[in-house]
Amino acid sequence: MTEPILRVSGLSKQFGGLAAVSDVSLELRRGEVHAVIGPNGAGKTTLINMLSGDLAPSAGAIRFEDREIAGLSADRIARLGIGRSYQKVNIFPDFTLLENCRLAAQARLPSSLRFFRPALDHAALIEGATRALRLVGLEAPWDRLAGRVSHGEQRQLEIAMTLATEPKVLLLDEPLAGMGAEESQRMVALIARLAESHAVLLVEHDMDAVFSVARLLTVMVNGRVLERGAPIAIRESPAVQQAYLGTAEPDS
Amino acid sequence: MASPTPIPRALLLIGLAALALYPIAGDVFYVQLFAKIMIFAIFAMSLDLLVGFTGLISFGHAAFFGLGAYTLMVLSPEYTAASLWLSLPLAVAVAAMAALIIGALVLRTSGVYFIMVTLAFAQMLYYFAVQSKVLGGSDGAYIYVKPDAAILGWRPFDLGNRVHFYYLVLALMIGTYALLRTVLRSLFGRVILGIRANEQRMRALGYPVFRYKLAAFALAGGLAGLAGYLEAAQYGYVNPEFFGWQESGSVLMMVILGGIGSLFGPILGAFALTLLQDFLSDEAIFHGFHKHWLLPMGIFIILAVLLLPRGIGGFALGLGRRAPEIADD
Repeated sequence: MTEPILRVSGLSKQFGGLAAVSDVSLELRRGEVHAVIGPNGAGKTTLINMLSGDLAPSAGAIRFEDREIAGLSADRIARLGIGRSYQKVNIFPDFTLLENCRLAAQARLPSSLRFFRPALDHAALIEGATRALRLVGLEAPWDRLAGRVSHGEQRQLEIAMTLATEPKVLLLDEPLAGMGAEESQRMVALIARLAESHAVLLVEHDMDAVFSVARLLTVMVNGRVLERGAPIAIRESPAVQQAYLGTAEPDS
Repeated sequence: MASPTPIPRALLLIGLAALALYPIAGDVFYVQLFAKIMIFAIFAMSLDLLVGFTGLISFGHAAFFGLGAYTLMVLSPEYTAASLWLSLPLAVAVAAMAALIIGALVLRTSGVYFIMVTLAFAQMLYYFAVQSKVLGGSDGAYIYVKPDAAILGWRPFDLGNRVHFYYLVLALMIGTYALLRTVLRSLFGRVILGIRANEQRMRALGYPVFRYKLAAFALAGGLAGLAGYLEAAQYGYVNPEFFGWQESGSVLMMVILGGIGSLFGPILGAFALTLLQDFLSDEAIFHGFHKHWLLPMGIFIILAVLLLPRGIGGFALGLGRRAPEIADD
């Protein structure tokens, strides 16, 4: 087994008196999809928000490669190589599909404080953007406004933007939300393909998708890790069944 | 992305040609008034970089306008002229530096707080100018001799000549337009457009947004300083009102009236607002009622905002294209 690229230990987040996430530890490896599942309110999105720097953890450590990143700003973490997608589509609706990804690719430049360099003359950025668009299977023409394409395409764009920043770790927060069956299937295939060259953390409610693509599952309930293991082991775990059937309806 | 469609471009060129030819036949009074308007156009374009393109609604932009003006006053010896080539870049630099410092503080806030705190900084400078004996106090101070454009004894133009001054301002207005247009198409420009559209997403992509907002703030401040310098040079006079919130408010009104987020919108706004004020306060036309010019002015602005949500500039753009696009011109 390869060395983990991201190692989370004892991560907690308190919102006032509420412990949204308590004492969560997990590891991500390149070439592997690690799925985090659990009922609504289990703290999955809060966990992703801490890993991406959108939220500062209350306690715990996040080690990325050889660096402690807990509490760094979102832009620092993104530039180090951790990219995320959002549960709710989070794009630039008034920009074209291409410009959304070009701007994402531009984030990799050491600095964009370049006042006279025409943005569209930078061929490498356009190349990076089109590569990402092709990879997720977004059909041309790419000069369509992002706000006007279908929801499924917006989800694809969301992933393409994340890819255009060339991350090593992908944090995907419910990438299948609101997608049709066919679109979902394509997205699952894409995630499997991306896992070959990235470490992927997948938060998802679609259990069929999770069980088909994840190698490792972490089940969270009430902010804590309930169980961890290979998909088969999780499926048969009495504790997990109890948690899903006993306290809450499984979301799917 | 959107490029100017034929109709607005034609309007732009006609307008420019008219401005370039006006002094040949025009009335001296209007030559002076148009120069003043073009100075305000520079001021308004600089504010639009913040309001329209970065999404930062500053209500204290006069701070930098005033600093540009006062820099000229301070640099002007009492009975001789300051060098244009020295004092103008210095005025721009002082305003930009101040914007860098003030921006570093105010850009930590956002929304309504940003509006209030920019206003507060401009008011601080206002009261500083009122209190300071060196700066002339509440009466302000005169600049008796206009800046001298001489280079090693050769004088390409004379700022004391109204027509020369007019053409200098026209050239600087076009220069400001061209500069901002270039900047908006640059790598930096795309970043600030992204920040306006979705700041949080920009951060998640890896952009340290504070740095880019600060750079935009400093650039806008420097250009506002240029406008302030020209205003002080035109009338040979500065006073604390240059920093006043009325000044910040009226330039914001020009931007809104002309059309937020386009570059020629603020130019149109500067012309519309100033000419309208000039017309409504004309005693010969309105006999006595001219004293109440603010009333019809207010009604006009309310109607304009209601009927032309994208401003006069947006309306002109609409003649050329229907689909909403990002105006980067």
